[in-house]
Amino acid sequence: MRPENYEAQRQPPSYDYELNIGPNHPGIEGNYAFKLRLNGDRVIAARADAGYLHRGFEKLMEGRLWIQNLAITPRICVPDPVPMEVSYCLAVEDLCGLVVPERAQWLRVLQLELSRIAAHLFIFGGHAATTGMYTPMFWGIADRDLILDLFEEMTGGRVYHIYNIPGGVRRDLPDGFGERVTNTLDYLESRLPDYDNLLFTNQVFVHRARGCGPISQQQALEWGVTGPNLRATGLKFDVRRDDPYLVYDQLEFEIPTEEPGDAWARALVRRREIKESIRIIRQVVARLPTLAGPIRCPIPNPLAWNVPAGSTYTRVESSKGELAWYVVSDGGERPYRTHVRGPSQMHAVQVLEQLAIGCRIEDVAQIMFSLDACPPEVDR
Amino acid sequence: MRDIDHQDRGGLLGPLKNLSFFARQPITEPLGPRPASANYRGFHLNDWDLCIGCSTCQKVCDNAAITMVKVPGLPEDPAKGIRNLRPAIDYGRCCWCALCVDLCPTGSIALSREYVHTCVDSELDSYFILPDARGIHGTPYPKGWAKSTDADLVALERQPMTEQAPADRIENFSEIVAGYDANQALIEASRCVQCGMCHDACPTHMHAPEYIRAIWKGDLEGAVREIYRTNPFAHTCGRVCTHRCETACSVGHRGAPIAIRWLKRYAMDAVDHERVKQIAAEGRADFISGKRVAIVGAGPAGLTAAFDLVRQGHDVTVLEAQAQAGGMVRYGIPDYRMPADRLDRDLDVITSLGVKIRYNTRVGVDLTMERLRAEYDAVVLGVGLWMGRSTRVPGSDQAGVKRAVDLLRAVAAGEAIEVPQSAVIIGGGNVAMDIARTLARLQQQRYGEVRITLTALEDLDHFLADADEIREAREEGVQILEARGPQEILMREGQVAGLRTWGVRSIFDQAGRFAPSYDPADEQIHAGDMVVEAIGQAADVALLGEALTEMLQWHRGRLQVDGQGRTNLEWLWAAGDMVRGPDVVSAVADGHRVADSIHAYLSVQEHAP
Repeated sequence: MRPENYEAQRQPPSYDYELNIGPNHPGIEGNYAFKLRLNGDRVIAARADAGYLHRGFEKLMEGRLWIQNLAITPRICVPDPVPMEVSYCLAVEDLCGLVVPERAQWLRVLQLELSRIAAHLFIFGGHAATTGMYTPMFWGIADRDLILDLFEEMTGGRVYHIYNIPGGVRRDLPDGFGERVTNTLDYLESRLPDYDNLLFTNQVFVHRARGCGPISQQQALEWGVTGPNLRATGLKFDVRRDDPYLVYDQLEFEIPTEEPGDAWARALVRRREIKESIRIIRQVVARLPTLAGPIRCPIPNPLAWNVPAGSTYTRVESSKGELAWYVVSDGGERPYRTHVRGPSQMHAVQVLEQLAIGCRIEDVAQIMFSLDACPPEVDR
Repeated sequence: MRDIDHQDRGGLLGPLKNLSFFARQPITEPLGPRPASANYRGFHLNDWDLCIGCSTCQKVCDNAAITMVKVPGLPEDPAKGIRNLRPAIDYGRCCWCALCVDLCPTGSIALSREYVHTCVDSELDSYFILPDARGIHGTPYPKGWAKSTDADLVALERQPMTEQAPADRIENFSEIVAGYDANQALIEASRCVQCGMCHDACPTHMHAPEYIRAIWKGDLEGAVREIYRTNPFAHTCGRVCTHRCETACSVGHRGAPIAIRWLKRYAMDAVDHERVKQIAAEGRADFISGKRVAIVGAGPAGLTAAFDLVRQGHDVTVLEAQAQAGGMVRYGIPDYRMPADRLDRDLDVITSLGVKIRYNTRVGVDLTMERLRAEYDAVVLGVGLWMGRSTRVPGSDQAGVKRAVDLLRAVAAGEAIEVPQSAVIIGGGNVAMDIARTLARLQQQRYGEVRITLTALEDLDHFLADADEIREAREEGVQILEARGPQEILMREGQVAGLRTWGVRSIFDQAGRFAPSYDPADEQIHAGDMVVEAIGQAADVALLGEALTEMLQWHRGRLQVDGQGRTNLEWLWAAGDMVRGPDVVSAVADGHRVADSIHAYLSVQEHAP
């Protein structure tokens, strides 16, 4: 806790007490903290405390060449770095009027959906762990590693791929990659019943998650909730479908929704999204061999590259919700201003502060994980 | 996978099904090193034979993780664009983005498939390494992320230069190249990686990276300012420079070098001439030193020295034997390469600063060196190479045998020359090309056809002329014969009828001395009404007079000077072609050198008690 938040509040005598969770706590994703006011084990007020992962990326980017920022963007959200890369590149492409070759667009979709699966595997394991079940977490992370293997082969990096570049992507697929993707997808699909057995049909988990941290659709819209959290309230909104980018309008996939908006609904939406992403990737793998041609369009020498003045907002659907870069160029070699609109900012601060009120202390961690809030992206 | 509804209550049986895992084989990963994928971005590899130390990797590194380290013992050659700097990587900062690989001009740097490095606290320096082709630990790991055409960020293609077509240009003496337009110049300038190899290679160390960047930024006046820091012959060098900068250009290692010369030409042409004069006058001394300097010869060397000395407040008089200034640039280089009006602009800038030029004044005839010595504090000789050398083969003393320099001077001065119906040129350098192409134009104008044969000792791979010159001469109809040695001028009825040549066996002897040997069996006759010798020039030093010639030091007919261009006499300097060989930009560099030396000499005198 930072000193300014640590000061004890003067309260009339009562049985209320304050409890700090985090910034280093197994129930918290990353370095993030909560100051809870409790009565017994019931939360009566919650205050989010962000800033432990603040690296000043948005400001740093103003001092770097357009191309140098590629290395920064994926680091904003560690579990799901690809939407950051793609969205930033879409922004620069939009400002420059670059036309991305079709093959590159399909490669980007492949990378984005692999990343979505990896992020969902990561988070449902975490969600399970907050209810005391650690095996799904081990399984989720182990299976995510198989996707990282694919990333390593495809992009040269396991976590921070830096695979996209304004105008396209930096590498074409290695030989036989489609087959290996298919093999991994087959394996992941064969694992889904195991996950169901262990977690999604597990009475312990269902009882803990159902009714926990409910959001109504009205609240969701007011609070800026997006992504699976929004779809869990019954609103069928997905940037991929409602404001299509890349080649999502040529792909067939469902947008899973649930009505109740609680932790259980959110977990179910993610569970079904894994399946839909597998479906999308299978379409991409089938389509890629038919797409010859370049994987990026030519760009100027990065050391002497003025991006035309203007501003743009390019949003994509990340595993956590709507993610976008707002980029302003004054026509110079570096961005004049960049701002990332990350979904976790809303989920981890305003939403969580509201949802925690009235719940029991052991559910705070579950709510945070069920919202899939990503502290490095809150702080950026 | 069956769908699960929100209403599903779950059960306790599901988790128990996973007890079946007890019966499965455990998955055990081997402890050995895990092989990384083919494109893995691990630790750096750098092929030191390919690396030229241009520092572009350092420039693009977004984490400032790269430091260029001087490695003594590695080759260093500014003319070829090679420095003995090599990138050292701080892995405490590196983020393995591989932009250094993608922007490496030569493709020397790559990332390996090695990715494990650990150390104890006392070895923290081991994260700072100078990678070579063996990688961080000296153990062989294959390349991971390496240069690929997909990700190559170096702009290898040069903007094309618009030129007159051969059939058009042979009809006239107008400039062949059209120059870049604003958009072409901007794109061409944007290719530069700002390594500064050009700066190091240039004899006068022009600030090419700076003016290229200024052009890219649209600051053309800034570009002119950078150009005038080192070169008052800006229009001239923008057209006829031998552009050693482009030979050294790091982008040229895999692609076409930046068109530095054409960019300079563009900047000079784009800025208003009156503004150029103002820019050139910036920083000029606002006092008069009271010292007088005489410069013999208004060529690039002499006028550059004059430019510098006038800017430093000295009183400079240039004595020129011809009717106009410019030296060999005016009288040696044909108009289709160097239009006279552009040279006039350069000269106008120089004279506008206060350089006085006395035309038609031949030192040694109109006034003597002794008088110059008496009237001036310092004297510079910049008389150039105006005496064409002769092959001295039988018949070379005939009236129909000409020297290239004499003909070129006459054409430039507007004098009428005898245009032969067919001509044979001896020589394979740029002067030979100049006279061949000049005569070709004159023939075309007078007779409607070109009949020029050019013979040179060298084979085509070793021609002294620029490749462009050879190509363009051929396009204009000049027949170029390689490895032919002149033996005799053939005469018919007192008139030159042609040249007899033998094939060349070798040009140099075992010791490397010039001693051509011929194959008499390989004899050819080249018919021509005129034979022109373009095999080199010498300085005409008759102006010095006998006494002075005795006092000066000579080596093989060339005046000897020290590193500052000063002769063994305290008051006399020499610069330009006569001491350094024919090249405008070297002459400019020489001019600066003697001006510095003279300024130091005059300043010391001034402060002496």
